[in-house]
Amino acid sequence: MQKISREQLIDKAVSLLSNNTVEAVLGWKKGEFDYDVTPALFTSADKLAAEFVWDDFCGANFSKYLVKHTKKAEGKILVFLKPCDTYSFNQLLTEHRFDRDKVYAVGIPCDGMVDIDKIKTLCGEGIVAVDCTGDTLRVNTLYDDEKAINKEDVLAERCLHCKSKKHVAYDELLGEDGEVLASNRFDEIEKLEAMTPDERFAFWQNELSRCIRCNACRDVCPACTCEKCVFANPDSGVENKAAANSFEEKMFHIIRAFHVAGRCTDCGECSRVCPQNIPLHLLNRKFIKDINTFYGEYQAGAEVGSRAPLVDYTTEDVEPGEVFDRGDQDA
Amino acid sequence: MQIEEYKPLIVAFCCNWCSYAGADLAGNNRLAYPADVKIIRVPCSCRVNPMFILRAFQRGADGVIICGCHPGDCHYTSGNYFTRRRMAMLFSMLDFLGIERERTRVEWVSAAEGAKFAATMNDFAETVAALGENKRLEDLRCKK
Amino acid sequence: MQRIGVFVCWCGSNIAGTVDVQAVAEALKTEPGVVFSANYQYMCSQAGQNMIKDAIIEHKLTGIVVCSCSPRMHEATFRKTAESAGLNPYMVEIANIREQCSWVHKDMAVGTEKAIILGKAAIAKVNLNTPLTPGETPVTKRALVIGGGIAGIQTALDIADAGFPVDIVEKKPTIGGKMAQLDKTFPTLDCAACILTPKMVDVAQHENVRIFSYSEVEEVGGFVGNFDVKIRKHARYVKEDICTGCGACVEKCPMKKNPNEFNLGMDNRPAVYIPFAQAVPKVATIDPNSCNMLKKGKCGLCAKICTAGAIDYTQQDEVIEEKYGAIVVATGFNPISMEKFDEFAYNQSKDVITSLEFERLTNAAGPSAGKLIRPSDGKHPHTIVFVQCVGSRCEACAQKGKEYCSKICCMYTAKHAMLTRDKYPDTEVYVFYIDVRTPGKNFDEFYRRAVEEYGVHYIKGMVGKVTPEGDKLKVQASDLLLNKQLHIDADLVVLAAAIEPDQSARPLATMLTASMDTNDFFTEAHPKLRPVESPTAGVFLSGACQGPKDIPETVSQAGAAASKVIGLLAKDKLKGNPCVASSNELMCNGCSSCERVCPYGAISYEDKEFRMPDRTTAIRRVAVVNPAVCQGCGACTVACPSGAMDLRGFASGQIMAEVDAICK
Repeated sequence: MQKISREQLIDKAVSLLSNNTVEAVLGWKKGEFDYDVTPALFTSADKLAAEFVWDDFCGANFSKYLVKHTKKAEGKILVFLKPCDTYSFNQLLTEHRFDRDKVYAVGIPCDGMVDIDKIKTLCGEGIVAVDCTGDTLRVNTLYDDEKAINKEDVLAERCLHCKSKKHVAYDELLGEDGEVLASNRFDEIEKLEAMTPDERFAFWQNELSRCIRCNACRDVCPACTCEKCVFANPDSGVENKAAANSFEEKMFHIIRAFHVAGRCTDCGECSRVCPQNIPLHLLNRKFIKDINTFYGEYQAGAEVGSRAPLVDYTTEDVEPGEVFDRGDQDA
Repeated sequence: MQIEEYKPLIVAFCCNWCSYAGADLAGNNRLAYPADVKIIRVPCSCRVNPMFILRAFQRGADGVIICGCHPGDCHYTSGNYFTRRRMAMLFSMLDFLGIERERTRVEWVSAAEGAKFAATMNDFAETVAALGENKRLEDLRCKK
Repeated sequence: MQRIGVFVCWCGSNIAGTVDVQAVAEALKTEPGVVFSANYQYMCSQAGQNMIKDAIIEHKLTGIVVCSCSPRMHEATFRKTAESAGLNPYMVEIANIREQCSWVHKDMAVGTEKAIILGKAAIAKVNLNTPLTPGETPVTKRALVIGGGIAGIQTALDIADAGFPVDIVEKKPTIGGKMAQLDKTFPTLDCAACILTPKMVDVAQHENVRIFSYSEVEEVGGFVGNFDVKIRKHARYVKEDICTGCGACVEKCPMKKNPNEFNLGMDNRPAVYIPFAQAVPKVATIDPNSCNMLKKGKCGLCAKICTAGAIDYTQQDEVIEEKYGAIVVATGFNPISMEKFDEFAYNQSKDVITSLEFERLTNAAGPSAGKLIRPSDGKHPHTIVFVQCVGSRCEACAQKGKEYCSKICCMYTAKHAMLTRDKYPDTEVYVFYIDVRTPGKNFDEFYRRAVEEYGVHYIKGMVGKVTPEGDKLKVQASDLLLNKQLHIDADLVVLAAAIEPDQSARPLATMLTASMDTNDFFTEAHPKLRPVESPTAGVFLSGACQGPKDIPETVSQAGAAASKVIGLLAKDKLKGNPCVASSNELMCNGCSSCERVCPYGAISYEDKEFRMPDRTTAIRRVAVVNPAVCQGCGACTVACPSGAMDLRGFASGQIMAEVDAICK
C-alpha cells in the first residue's frame, strides 16, 4: 500500500490540467495485468480517471521521459516523482537534457515497490490480479484461491536498499518528505569483492551469459539518454545488436557501466526491467562504491550542476594499479 | 611434434609527448624488450577510450598497457589526470568481473625514461606471458 | 577506396640489419588499398623523397605509409614530400620500424614479423584518413594587459614600443602597483619611485597605450587572436579628461577620516583623493562609501571648489567592449592577512607591523614623512625585531599560511635592517630567520654587508611569541645555533608576511579558462620551456601572478611575455593544428561532459534547430569545438558517452583499425 492515494494524485493532476498550469501528465497506466504498469501521457481528466494507476507496481522512473516529452510540448508537463526519481531528474538537468521550465514536478512519497518475480516465486504462475490496497498484498491466481502475502517479503531489491526517502527536486510536494537513509546497498558488492577472481568470473559469466541484448536496460536507464547510442551507431566501430558471443555482452555492459559511471544515481531501473533478471545494477553500484572510496562520497543527482567524478580529478588521485589494494582493504 | 612457444600479444598505447618519445629513446639506446609489444601512438593518454582496450582484448590481445606523461607533466596539462581516473575505474571493473588484473596496466613514462620504458615492457610482457592466453575477454570468432 | 603507397626504408643497416625490408614491402603489397610498395636505402634522402613523389603522381596515390624511423623524426619531412607532390600532408602515416622495432629486437625473423604488423596497422589507419587543412584565423592586433604594476607597465611598454596598441586595465585609481609603495629597492638601494614613476609617465604618454584605471575585466570571450573583452570602468565621480589633478578638492573635502589604502591604513585620506603625488592618471577619485554628497546628498563642496568643473556626482560605471589578439595577466600579489597570527600580537599592538607597512613608514612620502617612528606613540624605536617567513614555508599552518617560499622576504628584510642601521646607528636590529635565501645577482653580497658592515644581528630561529607589555614588545624566541631561549624587549616588530596572488586572480582565471595551481598562482604552459605562457593559447603571464618574484625577475618576465605577445600579434593569420576535436551535432547530447574535461575552454554550446523524422523541428543544445583553441588532446572524446566527439587524425575508427590490425 502507498500512503498517498491514487485519488490524491488524480485530483492534483486534474486541477493542474484544468487551470492550464500543465498541458499533459506523465503517469502510470495499467497494462495487460495489474502488475505490468506502463508509463503514459494523460491529457484529460477522463483519461486519468479511467486509466491512471498508483500502487505498489508503479516503479517506473519518469525522469527520462521528460527528455522526449518536453521537446514536443508547448507548455508544461506534470511529472510525478518518487524520491529516488528526483535524483535522476537532477542529473538530467545537470546534463541539460530537458528544459526545467517545461516541467511541473510533483514529489510524491514512496513506500517501496514490489517485485512481481518475487510474488511469482511465492504464488506461482497464472497471476490474474494483485490487490495492493490493504496492509497485505492479496494475490489471485488462475489455480488457487486468493493468497495474502506480506509486502516486505516481495519488496523489490532496490527498495530493500532504499537510499533516500527525501526528494531533491520538486515544484510541489504531496504528503511528507522523508530523509536520506543510511543504506546497506554496498553489502552485496563487498560480498562479490571478497570472492576470488575465478568465483567472480563464474558469477558474472553465469549472469551475463543470459543477456539477450534486448537493450531494455539501456532504453530505460535515465543516464542513457544519448541521441544515438554507440552500440547502435554503425560508425562507432562497436555497433552490435544480437548476442553472438559472450564477449559482446561483456563489452556492452562494461561500456554501458563506464558511460554512466559518476552519472548513475543507482535508481535500479536496469535490473527492474531486465527480462533475464540479471543484477545489472551491481555493475553500476560497483562504480559508485569505487568513486566513494577513491574520490570521496558522491551521489549523482543530489544537486544540479555538480561535477561528475569522471570529468574531474585531483592531483593526488589513486593510481590505477592501486585500486585493487585499497578496494581489498575496504572490503 | 614441437609445441609452439606461447607468445603473448600486447598492445601499448603511448602518448605522443612523453611515452612514445620514451619508447624511441629505448630504441636509441638499444634497450631490448619483447617484440610482442606493439605500440599505438595517441596524442595523449586521455585519448584512450576503454572501448579500444576492450576491443584489443576482444581481438585476442593478452595484455594492454597505457603509457602517459607523469602526473603533473601532461603536455595538455590535465589529460593524464583524467586517464588515471578512467583507468582506475575500468581496471577495477574488469577485476570485479573476474578478469585477471595483471592484464591491464597504466605506467607513467617520460621522454627521458627510455630505460624505464624497456624495463616496464619486459616486466609487463613477462607478467602477461605467465598468465597465458586471455580467455576471459576474447571473442572466439576473432580467432583464426 | 584509398590508393595507398608503401615505402619501406632500410635506413642503411639501421633497419635492414634486423628487418628484412624486402619481405616487409612484399607482405604489405597485398594489404587492402595498397597499390604500390617499394623499399629504398634512405627514404629521407633527396632520392628517396623523389621516389615517393614520383610514385604519388604515377600511381595516383591517395595516401602513403612510410615504414621508417620514428614519426617524431621524419613525419614532418614526409608530409612536406607528400604536399609537394600534391597529396594532402595528413594522408601520410609512419610505421616506426626503427626505434620501436629494428633497434630493440635482435632477431631478423622477429623484427620482420613485427615490422609487417606495424606496417599493417599504419595501412589500416591511412585507409581511414581524410585530408585535413589547418584552419586560419585572423589576429586582432591589440593586446590587453590586466594589472598596472611594474609587470603590467613593462609588458605594455615593450609591446607598445614594437608598434602594437595596448590597453592596461588597473583596478586601483592609479597604476604603479606594489612597487609604487616601496621605499628603496634591493640590492642597489635606488629609490623605487625614482625608477618607477618615469616608467609610469612613459606608459601614460605612449601613443600606443591606453590606461583604464579604476577598472576591472568583467567578461572574456573568444580565443587566441580574437578575444572579446568587457571592461567595467568604475565611476570615480570625477571626469578624468577634465580633472587637472590640482588637488584643491582633496584639500577642501571635509570627510577627512578615511583609512588611506596607499599607506595601508596608517594615516587618513579625504573622501575625494589622489592616491599619491605621482599617481597616473593624476586625477581625483571620490570614494562613494565616505562621500557625504554621494551617501546623503549633502555637501557638494568639491564641485564648488573645482574650477575645471570635473566633479560629476551622477557618473555611472561604464562598460567598454574591445577586441584583443592577446591577453597578458599581471595581477600581482598581496601580503597575506596577519589576522590569524595571534602569536605575533599583530592585532593587539600598533607596533607590530608588516614589512610593507615598514616600507611606508620609511618612505619620505609615507605617513611619517620617512621618519622611522613607532606607530603607537611616534617615538623613535631603539630595538627592532624582524621576523622572517611569517606564513611562508609553513607546512603545518595551511589555514593561515602558505607552504611555499615567498622568495622576496629575505632580501627586503636585509634591506630594511641595513637601512635602519644606516640611518639610526643607535638602533639594535635583530632578524630571525629559518634560512637566508639570497640567490640573485649581488644578493648574497648585499646580505653579508648587512651583517658584516652594518652589524645586524641575524639569529637562526623562530620567534615564538610577542607580548605587548607597557610600551615594550616582549619577544620570545629561540636561537637554534646556540640552542637557547632569547627574550628581547623590542620597540617595533616587523613581520615579513608571506605573499599570495591577488584575489582577483581566481575569477579572472575562470574567465580566461587559464589554469591555476592550488595556491592560485597561474600555471605556465610548461614550467621550464614555456614559462611566460599560460596553457590557454593567447594568454600570457607576467610577474608575481605566476609565482613570487622580485623586481628584476618580474621585469624580465614582463619583457619575455611582451616578446611572446609581439610574436603573436606580428602574424596576420594563425594557422591551427588540424588534428582537433569535432563534434557530430546529430549525435551530441549537449551534456557538457566534454566541456568539463577540456583544458582549453575550446568547447561551447549552442541551441540548434533540428528537423525531426516526423517533419517537426526541435531545438537541441549541441557542442561546438573552436578549432583555433583546441589543441587536440582528445580528453573530450572519451568523456563523450555518445561518441559524437571525435578527434581528427586520431579518430576512434582509426585507432580501432590499428588495434584490429595488430591483434589480427
